[in-house]
Parts: sequence; C-alpha cells; structure tokens
Amino acid sequence: MTPEGDGAGKDPARTVSFATPPASRPPLWRDVRVLKWVFQLGVVGAVAMLLGVLVNNVRANSARLGIPTGFDYLDQPAQLTIPGNDMRASQPVREAILQGTLNTLRVVIAGIVLATVIGILIGIARLSGNWLLRNSARVYVEIIRNVPLLLIVIFSYLAFVITGLPTIDVAWEPLGIMVISNRGAVVPWHDGSNTQVTAILLAALIVAVAVGRLRVAWTDRRGGLPHAGFWGTLTFIAAALILGRAGGVGLSVPVSNGRPSGGIVLAPEYFALLVALVVYTASHIAEIVRGSIQAVPKGQNEAAQALALTPMQRMWKVVLPQAMRIAVPPIGNQYLNLLKNSSLGFAISYFELTKVTSVSIGNARPAVPSYLLLIAIYLVFSVALEFMVNLTNRRLALVQR
Amino acid sequence: MSAPTLPHLSSAQWLRKNLFRGPLDAVITILAGAVVGYVVFRMLRFVFVSGRWEIVERNLTLFMVGQYDRTQLWRPALAVVISAALAGLVAGVIRRRQAAAGRLPDPHLGGVRKLTNLSGRLWPALVGLLLLLGLTTSPGPWLVAGAALLAAAAGSALGRRAPRGFAWALAPGILLCLFGLVAFLAQPLEWDRWGGMMLNLLLAGTSIVLCFPLGVLLALGRRSQLPAIRAVCTGYIELFRGAPLIALLLMANVALGFFVPQELAPGKVVRAIVVFTLFTAAYIAEIVRGGLQSVPDGQLEAGKAIGLSPVRITAMIELPQALRNVIPAMVGQFISLFKDTTLAGAAMGFLDLLAGAEAATSQPAFRGQGLIAETLVFVALLFWVGSYTMSRESQRLELRLGVGQR
Repeated sequence: MTPEGDGAGKDPARTVSFATPPASRPPLWRDVRVLKWVFQLGVVGAVAMLLGVLVNNVRANSARLGIPTGFDYLDQPAQLTIPGNDMRASQPVREAILQGTLNTLRVVIAGIVLATVIGILIGIARLSGNWLLRNSARVYVEIIRNVPLLLIVIFSYLAFVITGLPTIDVAWEPLGIMVISNRGAVVPWHDGSNTQVTAILLAALIVAVAVGRLRVAWTDRRGGLPHAGFWGTLTFIAAALILGRAGGVGLSVPVSNGRPSGGIVLAPEYFALLVALVVYTASHIAEIVRGSIQAVPKGQNEAAQALALTPMQRMWKVVLPQAMRIAVPPIGNQYLNLLKNSSLGFAISYFELTKVTSVSIGNARPAVPSYLLLIAIYLVFSVALEFMVNLTNRRLALVQR
Repeated sequence: MSAPTLPHLSSAQWLRKNLFRGPLDAVITILAGAVVGYVVFRMLRFVFVSGRWEIVERNLTLFMVGQYDRTQLWRPALAVVISAALAGLVAGVIRRRQAAAGRLPDPHLGGVRKLTNLSGRLWPALVGLLLLLGLTTSPGPWLVAGAALLAAAAGSALGRRAPRGFAWALAPGILLCLFGLVAFLAQPLEWDRWGGMMLNLLLAGTSIVLCFPLGVLLALGRRSQLPAIRAVCTGYIELFRGAPLIALLLMANVALGFFVPQELAPGKVVRAIVVFTLFTAAYIAEIVRGGLQSVPDGQLEAGKAIGLSPVRITAMIELPQALRNVIPAMVGQFISLFKDTTLAGAAMGFLDLLAGAEAATSQPAFRGQGLIAETLVFVALLFWVGSYTMSRESQRLELRLGVGQR
C-alpha cells in the first residue's frame, strides 16, 4: 500500500502498521488447518460408509437369496469344459480360472509381439517418401482407429474366419508353412516339450548375447562396425538349431492333405481374436511411432546425413532409437489396453478369463466374488505389465545431469 | 505470411519424385501397388458385385431406432430436426464470436464458396448421410434430412443475431433441451427397450456429459495436497483403469442387484450409463491431470500475487488453461466411449447398432446366407463417420486454439 514515509501523517487511516499482529488463533471453524482435517475425515468417512453400505447390501441380498459370499466356490467342480483343453467338468473352479488366465496370456503375449512389429513398420511407412506406401498406411490407420474394436473382433470371427476363409479341403497355405482355413490356422511349432524348448532358447540367447558383446569388444580394438544385432541374431538361430538337433527337438511344419498334421493348431476363436487385437493395436502403435519419429529433432537426421549415412542407417541407427525412447510409455499403455481388450474374446466365445468367469456364474457360482476375483486378476496383470514398462522406460531414459 | 508456393511438377516428374526415386522405391511401389490393388479390387467387387445389400436396406429402421414403435417414428425425426437446429445455433454463436474477435479466416466468402468449404470439412458425414439416404426406400428420411438442413441454417442465422448476453445460457439451455428430447423419445418406449443407433447415441451422450465433471474433480483430487483425498482419488482412478470395461458391464448387469437394496435396483440403461460414466471419468481424470501439470507454476504464483483465493486460482487460472491443452486427448477419449457403447450390447443384451447387425442375419429372410459382412461393414461405416468427424473437428479446434504454440 502506502510506502513508508511517503504521505505518512497526512492520512493516518491509510498508514500501514508493520508490527506483527497479536498472535490470536482464529476460531476453530475458520482455522484452515482444522478445516483441512475435518474435510479429509469427512471424505474418508463418506467413502468408508459407502463401502460399508455396499458390503452390507451384498451380505443381506446374498443371505436372502441363499447365495454364499465367500470364495469357497473355487473348490467346487467347475462343470464347464474349455474347448481345446483336456480339463474335465469335475475339476474345481480354480482350475478353470487358471486355464482361462492361460488362454488370456496366450492371446496377449502373441498379440503384443505381433502388434509391436506390425505397428512399428506401419508407423515408419506413414512417413515414407513413397506416396503409395505412405497413403495406404494412412488409410489403414484412419479406418481401423475409428471403428469399434468389438466390431473388428466380431468381423474377424464371423465374416473373416468363419465365412471368409476357405474350407479345410481347399485350405490356404501361404508360403507353404501355414494352413489357414475356416477351422483356424495351423502354424509351425516345435515338436518337443515346452520346458526343453525354453531351456534351449535361453541357452541360445545367452550364446547370442555373448557373441554380440564379443563383436563389440573386438571392433572396439580393431575398428569397423560391430553389427552386433546381425551377428547376434545369426548366432541365435544357429545355436538354437544345433542345440535343438542335439536335444532331438525340431521344427514341425504343418502339411495339409485335407487333414493338417504337424505344427500347432490355433482354434478359430483364438485366431480371430488374435487377428483383431493385432490389427487394432498395430494401428494405435503406428500412430505413436509416427508421432515419436516426428518428435526427434530434425537436426539428428541432418547430422546423420552429413556423416553420409544411408537412409536405412539414418532411420535404424539414429532416428528410431531416439524415437523409441519417446514411444515407450505410450506403447506400454497400448499393451495394457491390449490386455484389457482381450476380454472381448467373451463376445466370440474364446474361453479367456472373462468368458470362463461368466460361464461359471451361469453355472450357479456366486456372481459377486467371481467378478471381484476377475477384476483383481486383471489388476494384478496390469500392475505387473506396468512395472515391466516402467523398468524398460527407466533403462532407456536419457540420463539427465 | 503466405506459404512459399511449390514448383509445379509435371505428372512424370511427380511419379519419379513420389513413387520411383530409386530401385528400392520402385520395388516398394510395385509390391505395395500389388497389395493395394488386390485389396481395392476385392472391396469394389464386394460393394458393387458380390455384396447383397437388401439386408441393410430392409433393416435400416432396425439399425437406426431398434424396436421403436414404427407409428411413432415422427418422434426421432423431430428429435433429429431439433438437434440440427441446436447444432446450427451453436455454430452461429461461435461464428459471431470469431467475427467479433476478427478471427474468421475469410470473412467475405460468397455463399457457394462457404458451402464447398463446409462440405470439404465435413465430407465423411456427408458421405454417411448420402449413403443412408441412398439406401432408404421411403421418402420420409429425405424429408427429415431436408428439414434438418433447413433447421440448421435457421439455427445458425438465429445464433448470429442472438443478443450478446445469450452465450452464457447456451450450454445449460442446450443440455436442458437434450434431456427434454430424451424424455420425449422415451414416452412411447421406455429406455431399457431402446435399440439401434439411438441407444448408442443415448449411452455415449449421457455418459460424456456426466463423466466430464467427475473426471475434473478426480484430477483435482489426485493433485490435492490433502493426503486422504489424494489416496481416495488415486485408488479410484487406478481401479477403474486397471479393469476391462466389459467385465465392469457384466458385473453391473449381473451383480449390481447385490450392491443396492432390492427396491432401488436401477434399469439396464441406467446401469450401463453408470458404468460408462465411472469408467470414462477415470481416464478423463488422467488426461486433465496431464493438462494441469502442463500449466506453468508462474500462472499460480501470479494468481496468488493478485490475491485470488485457492478456489479461484483453480477455477479461473489453472483449469481453463489445462482444459484447453487437453482438448484433443479428451475428444479422443469421448470417441473411445462412443465406440465402446457397442460393449453394452454384448454384455447386457441390448439390441444396439452392432447387436442389431448380428441379429439381422438370423432373420427368416436372411438366415444362413453368410450376410454378416454386409451388415458389419455398414455399421462400421456409421461408426467411422461419427468418430472420424469428431477427430477431424478436434484437430481443427486444436489448430485454432494454438495448442502447443503458445
């Protein structure tokens, strides 16, 4: 207000006293500290009361209808069979839920891998200098992103797999390694046991990483480009083949002849859901990749050009590694969405978690605990996936000083 | 400043620059050309030769309004005309404000140029409209479309001439009108038996209106300095973001009856709206939180410096800037919600647009003929028109508000 000295005395009412006012606390109902506590207690109390009322209602309604509220039902027989699974109807509900979880994971893991690869390729194609490639990628993205996923899932099942694909006796055999018909797809697979194959792949991976490291160490001393990725991949394939031969595990490629044998059979429901999830998620990942590439400062590309790197090298060695750093968190979000969207298998009777749960409720298992368990399982997987994404993100993030 | 004009290319030059720049480019062009050619050929053959579109023609009313009483169709028709008038009114008011602020891109355009500009902007919607009209077999829809266009024009003219103090009453007024329309439509057929696109629009529209304030509150709560409030809001958001929507809808359909006293159990539409609202609010909250984080601290300090109360700082400084920054993300979320309304059909047994498309193929006249592709493509096109128009408009708005450029 009025500066000290200036005009003091002329207008005593406007002078400002700089002395601290006497320390009198305001009354309780106007004390901010008290109000904050009261407000918080009120909100927490209201939430607790709401939850209490809900729990109470569930108890009362269940008691009235004679439905148990606990999780004892998990040990009762499930009375359901899961297609493509040798589970017996007398096995307990927890076994059915476990199998449903495995089915969910099957489609989610395959979906994440395929959607990432296809999404990155389409995202790069969106920025290609080639007019045709660029615009086909754009049309694909803008169609798929603006159509409901459920519609894509149902289309993929009813219109593509069931009525669109050829019958088994005239099955479609792309590249001679797959058999695709309206009874699903048969794709190449190993013919050993799962543990054996996991061990072999892990060993091959370790060898490949070691070879890559050695290449880097070697070229660090002798000069030249390490091409660690190329040599590592080559070693991985070679090591896997050699170890597989030694362990008696090979690749089983399906052959048709009206009744396909060999390979692994993907049921029509699984195949349709996988195709739909990949097509949909890839379009979202493509947009993220495009945005991230555009967010890399132009100077990076120009500097690479000044070093006479080829367009391929510029993209894969300079621009894309930096773009991925920006893209990891949103792509991780897409993985979470894919996990949750796998529940749409419900609509085409693919027996994943949601479908298993709702069939089991149809078999007179209590609804409230079943759904709470269902949501809890999804939450656990979401948190686990988020944790992995965060870990990757932390590893990739620039170290800020 | 006008953009530098590009040198004009002859078609041979254009081809070389865009399709055949080098050997690799030529290979890509030929490969992509083969794939695109095949896909386009299959699509054209499906649309003009092999597709049997009678199933769509015959079921158009089912797709639009479900089981609505066919003698009461004048009600949805009237609702369409009134909605068009309201949309025109909003457009008129916005246009006048732009003109007053001198921000109209081209204030002296002739009527024809204005029309071509508008149709260039809204071409997806125009394509959808013309397709719908082309598939109708009765004059009714043409009359409705004509009346709706006239109503939109009249509304726009009214909006440009409306008195100045009118704008603040616009949003609540329109909300009131829309709720009135819903009540009017629900008179001959209660909500729970609605179907077709009308149901999808009802679910999406109501949930959008309701989830927005809840989302903003949750975002503010999650950034609150009070630990208890923060914990409650964070828990809510993470819970709803971690669960799949269809599981929540199934739970509302089957198990909601357990959570409320027997006599209070709401109808199916209300359950669906509650789930959509609670679910989308969690996502909106995260988007708004991102927007709040993007407001520079200096803005809050400036607010404090001029002696505003914390509530006013939030309402008049933080939120307006935060919301402006997240309009595109929020519209994206609303588009998702619009698309996700199809889940209600699958989980709760409504005969919505998508479920209607499946149901039509089991009618006696069309059963067992493999016509699912026809109905699904038609429904996909309707959803595409709605979503794509919304996302284009939000991009336009983003450009006009200069998001990321200030």
